[in-house]
Amino acid sequence: MNSSLRLRAGLVSVALLAAFLGIWHLATRSTAPVAAMNPEYAKLMGLTATQGKSAMPGPLDVGAKLWEHLKRPFYDNGPNDKGLGIQLAYSIARVGTGYLLAVLVAIPLGFLIGMSPLLSKALDPFIQVLKPISPLAWMPLALYTIKDSSVSAIFVIFICSIWPMLLNTVFGVASVRKEWINVARTLEVGTIRRAFTVILPAAAPTILTGMRISIGIAWLVIVAAEMLVGGTGIGYFVWNEWNNLSITNVIIAILLIGIVGMLLDQILARFTRMVTFPE
Amino acid sequence: MSTFDNPFDPDRNLRAGCVCGQHQSATEHEQATALACEPVASEEQRYEGVVASAVMRAMFPQDVARRAFLKSVGASTALAALSQFFPLKTATEVFAQTGVPEKKDLKVGFIPITCATPIIMAAPMGFYAKHGLNVEVVKTAGWAVIRDKTINKEYDAAHMLAPMPIAISLGLGANAIPFAVPAIENINGQGIVLASKHKDKRDPKDWKGLKFAIPFDYSMHNYLLRYYLAEHGLDPDTDVQLRSVPPPEMVANLRADNIDGFLAPDNICQRAIYDGVGFMHLLSKEIWDGHPCCSFAASREFITTAPNSFAALTRAIVDATAYASKAENRKQIAEAIAPANYINAPVTVLEQVLTGTYADGLGGVRTDAKRVDFDPFPWQSFAVWMLTQMKRWGQIKGDVDYKAVAEQVYLATDTKKLMTEMGLSPPASAYKSFAVMGKTFDPAKPEDYVASFKIRKQS
Repeated sequence: MNSSLRLRAGLVSVALLAAFLGIWHLATRSTAPVAAMNPEYAKLMGLTATQGKSAMPGPLDVGAKLWEHLKRPFYDNGPNDKGLGIQLAYSIARVGTGYLLAVLVAIPLGFLIGMSPLLSKALDPFIQVLKPISPLAWMPLALYTIKDSSVSAIFVIFICSIWPMLLNTVFGVASVRKEWINVARTLEVGTIRRAFTVILPAAAPTILTGMRISIGIAWLVIVAAEMLVGGTGIGYFVWNEWNNLSITNVIIAILLIGIVGMLLDQILARFTRMVTFPE
Repeated sequence: MSTFDNPFDPDRNLRAGCVCGQHQSATEHEQATALACEPVASEEQRYEGVVASAVMRAMFPQDVARRAFLKSVGASTALAALSQFFPLKTATEVFAQTGVPEKKDLKVGFIPITCATPIIMAAPMGFYAKHGLNVEVVKTAGWAVIRDKTINKEYDAAHMLAPMPIAISLGLGANAIPFAVPAIENINGQGIVLASKHKDKRDPKDWKGLKFAIPFDYSMHNYLLRYYLAEHGLDPDTDVQLRSVPPPEMVANLRADNIDGFLAPDNICQRAIYDGVGFMHLLSKEIWDGHPCCSFAASREFITTAPNSFAALTRAIVDATAYASKAENRKQIAEAIAPANYINAPVTVLEQVLTGTYADGLGGVRTDAKRVDFDPFPWQSFAVWMLTQMKRWGQIKGDVDYKAVAEQVYLATDTKKLMTEMGLSPPASAYKSFAVMGKTFDPAKPEDYVASFKIRKQS
């Protein structure tokens, strides 16, 4: 029963994909009428103008180009042209650094705030104001004060991924069942030991949910940040190909961004399952 | 610009000032050129020319005597005689090795447009390497980013719109940081492109209410478009909408009907035509033939801390610019700068821009060899003109010391010295008068010029 459901769901997924690709293919076939032009002139013009080719590439174009990229993901033609593998590695490294820094700050801080109702109330307005700020709003400020674009990108990741983790840690720590803490108290467990053996395991699922939200945000932010600062990374790749109006490459980049984002999310989801406990 | 000059040409005056040969009749000029040796082909030969002219100057303090000598014995005999007494080859080698650069690994930022041609091509075509530098040219997302990265010293020098270093030095739209321009990148090479649906709206008087894109507020594009509209009786601040849009997004915006046209740098103009979304209304050359567009800029701090690196960099840029100014080299350049590492555009588009034989988007092929040209000399009168436009459109308020700012930012004197050392012939004065849409600009009277415009922002 369960396996047959999975099979049917898989079939529907494949059918949906096929339908999507089919419609895409049909929609982007050359249809526009073309005015007659002299050959001298036509030689100087692009395919969109001469053959009425759709400005939007079809799935076949994208597939061919994707294959080309996958064949040599790590080429390096100089500072402004690197393979997709290298670009993704740069982005993941940036996200990783900013994210880890955020984890290092958010979780201890969240613990402190969560264990003290006073701090929790006092800091709440600041966190609420800082949380909804768009990553790109931080960018000019970061560039101006840090004076280094790659550090700025990491800073933006850091500042954007810290809030969900912080809030979830605070919430998780604050909502550990009173009975458990009281039991620990009755047994005369010290504060530090209590934090690690009672509160941390109890709050872990909530904390990891916050981390999972954060990694998603960090990955969203990196593309935008790299489009702005340029140089390396998948965001830069999108910008560079946009610059050349190569929609094919932009679509490939979108696809890869989606896949990597999904993988990052899955990794965190696995961790979350590991620490979840039945109540 | 006559890039190469021959010291063995008896009709050429080696000192600054008027070159007599220019005033003589054509036949005499031809005789003079017939007398001359082979045209200088390589860099080494050019340096040889520089050294030779120095020697000749030393031997004949009176220019009249040198000319008489050359006329009587002929140039090749003179060269042979000179080489016997003076080891020209050794002297040339010594000369070419000017001060050792303090910093060899440099980063230069650029925006992927054909204006940056000399900066970009100098990397793949080895102009930086020839002057002892290891330069990484880094593509940058927009003008504000290139400004910030250069101010933050991530870049040692950068490609900037010609008015930007002036604006940065004055603290317009950024903190005031002294910047300098040793070389102009390109002259001409921009265009007004309109969406294909405006094919019949060729008279600017019908453009009321249209939306135009320009690349940046402090750009020649902004000033030229405003000038053009104002000359046709439209107030650019109230009659049309001007939007600052990064060049690559212009074509997409034109296709999406978000804008009606733009005055943009090339390859963007040609790209819009290539993709069939617009047509060339006017080349910027038709507004002002020989206008500057982009510049090569560095902060004063870099210039003072690494003067030899800066000089080598300027030499490489001037060298590349001289190479790019030759029509026969343009196809090769187009191929060198087209890959994804540099401009990232179809070769056909770049070729059309650089060779000047292009599709106009209306079904015709037009030819204009000077569609884009390259001339490194940073005329201070260009800077004065830009300042008058900044003043005219309210970007600067109050009194402006036009000359002082121009001379502080546009390093005509230093570049002149470098160019002379390299055997090029820079102009004698850093100011020249020119005409914009038929109206003459006198760099000595900027205030009167600003006051002479009827349409301008009231301050």
